[in-house]
Amino acid sequence: MATTTSAAAQRQTGTDAIIQCVGVHKWYGEFHVLKDINLSVRKGERIVVCGPSGSGKSTLIRCINRLEEHQRGQIIVDGIELTNNLKNIELVRREVGMVFQHFNLFPHLTVLENCTLAPIWVRRQPKAEAEATAMKYLERVQIASQANKFPGQLSGGQQQRVAIARSLCMSPKIMLFDEPTSALDPEMVKEVLDVMIGLAETGMTMLCVTHEMGFAKSVADRVIFMDRGEIVEQNTPDEFFTNPRSERTRLFLSQILSH
Amino acid sequence: MTSESGGAGRGAHSGFTLSINDPTVRAVVFQVLIIGAVVLLGWWLVHNTLDNLARRSIATGFGFLEREASFGIGESMIDYHPRDSYGRAFLVGVLNTLKVSVIGIIVATVIGTLVGIARLSSNWLLAKLASLYVEVVRNVPPLLQLFVWYAVITESMPSVREAFNPLPGVFLSQRGIKIPVPESDPVWNWMIVALLVGVAAAIAMTRWARARQARTGQPFPVGLASLGLIFGMPLLTWLVGGAPTAMDVPRVQGFNFVGGATMSPEFFAILFGLSIYTAGFIAEVVRSGIVAVNWGQTEAARSLGLSSGNTLRLVVLPQALRVIVPPLTSQYLNLTKNSSLALAIGYPDLVSIANTTINQTGQSIEGVAMIMGTYLTISLGISLFMNWYNKRIALVER
Ligand SMILES: Nc1ncnc2c1ncn2[C@@H]1O[C@H](COP(=O)(O)OP(=O)(O)O)[C@@H](O)[C@H]1O
Ligand SMILES: [Mg+2]
Repeated sequence: MATTTSAAAQRQTGTDAIIQCVGVHKWYGEFHVLKDINLSVRKGERIVVCGPSGSGKSTLIRCINRLEEHQRGQIIVDGIELTNNLKNIELVRREVGMVFQHFNLFPHLTVLENCTLAPIWVRRQPKAEAEATAMKYLERVQIASQANKFPGQLSGGQQQRVAIARSLCMSPKIMLFDEPTSALDPEMVKEVLDVMIGLAETGMTMLCVTHEMGFAKSVADRVIFMDRGEIVEQNTPDEFFTNPRSERTRLFLSQILSH
Repeated sequence: MTSESGGAGRGAHSGFTLSINDPTVRAVVFQVLIIGAVVLLGWWLVHNTLDNLARRSIATGFGFLEREASFGIGESMIDYHPRDSYGRAFLVGVLNTLKVSVIGIIVATVIGTLVGIARLSSNWLLAKLASLYVEVVRNVPPLLQLFVWYAVITESMPSVREAFNPLPGVFLSQRGIKIPVPESDPVWNWMIVALLVGVAAAIAMTRWARARQARTGQPFPVGLASLGLIFGMPLLTWLVGGAPTAMDVPRVQGFNFVGGATMSPEFFAILFGLSIYTAGFIAEVVRSGIVAVNWGQTEAARSLGLSSGNTLRLVVLPQALRVIVPPLTSQYLNLTKNSSLALAIGYPDLVSIANTTINQTGQSIEGVAMIMGTYLTISLGISLFMNWYNKRIALVER
């Protein structure tokens, strides 16, 4: 996945950041969901976002591929600022894969067709080429033998692995994960986390909302803690878990680690 | 899915003692009793009927279909005179029913789809108007709606002499809607052939485009090109055929129009009445189908970079159709069966003609059997087609 950071991004930000959020605010009606978010993600960086339910984690990562619109501040992804320009939004989405809590596979298409749909219609790849790429990624998430089944015939863990493969088939530069394991039965969490750890080892830029602290400790370069729409604290996993700086972080950690 | 335990359980209970408490014995006894009652009832009905018919000296059988009908029919798609047989009169009725049903299904589907989508619109006024339409249309009895449409034409339209003339050659009056039609010319027949060729070419081109995209990845504007072929071919034929423009324009002569084609007030009332009524239900079917597709599907498609058009076409619609098709089928069947309300406003559909036949001949059993047989055939035809279509788009679930 190694490509050079686009020149435009470097010019605009002066860093090698691939995602740049500057003073981002978002409201749902009266409700202030995101408050002055400043975040810069370097290429190849692996970030875990955690925080209590309703703190705005999903909203933040959904703003990064414009599934949600922010109202103030700037979000620049791979050198392109997200505005109402639809062409730019689609360009960004091609480079940003997203994995959802509830998989959101297309139930009317086979596993293979799920993986080739976007490469064929967005990247305009010939079918044979798209299928070869898809098989490669399905192999990598160890589900190639199910390629001709429909999503409804697979277990939750298998579906989530297909969803990851489907995103990878677009050869994205960034992968966003929104609680990819929280809808899974406990025995299936590991198979999905293993795939994500494998992906982290390839140098993919990853932004994961998750409460899997084991995953955070073993792969994250940085842990971000959000509460009530703010980034309260960010640090390396070591520092974050052993030496949290704010009271809110400590409270949150004591709650999730006591489970 | 193992059924071993169930089988073992049943084996343990089945002994040789016959008891009314044994479910198997009980089931057999009840079934025998019910079959006996049905047979007895059937025998009594047939016996009574034959008895009555014999007393009134009415011959059973379909021989009457050969006899002269000697009643006129207001409108017909085939040549018909009162001197023709009852059989031909019945055929006129079947064709009239089919005409209303087929055109009605198309019109109702178009209106229903538009209204259903409008109900989901973010435009407040549009959504409210669409809801109002659905509520009104679904809550007023269809027969009343037919009377309203019929009255709109026959009561509020001007007489023939003062016919409303909105476009050159088009007249609205109590006698219905008159429109000009092209004068007969061999070119028109060739244009129909060209249309069919255009459709075939569009299908072939779609397959070619699909294969090419699979090979090279380049998509082809299939929709636009198909439209071009389907409309372009007849247009080209028309131009090559010398572009005949002579029209048979309706004009007033005496107390009525001559020339042109007519849409009778009866046909107008039954067609629009049924279409607008059924469209109210179809709108709900379409709306619930679209709503049934999880928003997450759209988000997943958009986050892969698919455009909104492709998202709708490749992801949302195929799933919505799965929900829409079964209830849509029953709306199509309803429309077809409701076309028998034509009787009330005097449109000569199959029921109204069969009714006249029964009154004249007394052959009510045969007449009703023919009505039922025809509706059954049409309904089964629609069901078979829709089931086939539904199976094609069905999902494989866990
Ligand atoms: N579409 C929406 N409309 C109104 N409020 C919303 C919407 N989506 C989320 N919210 C609210 O925004 C807050 C943050 O949501 P979210 O980002 O999903 O939190 P998290 O992912 O951290 O649990 C929550 O309080 C939620 O109720
Ligand atoms: Mg969330």
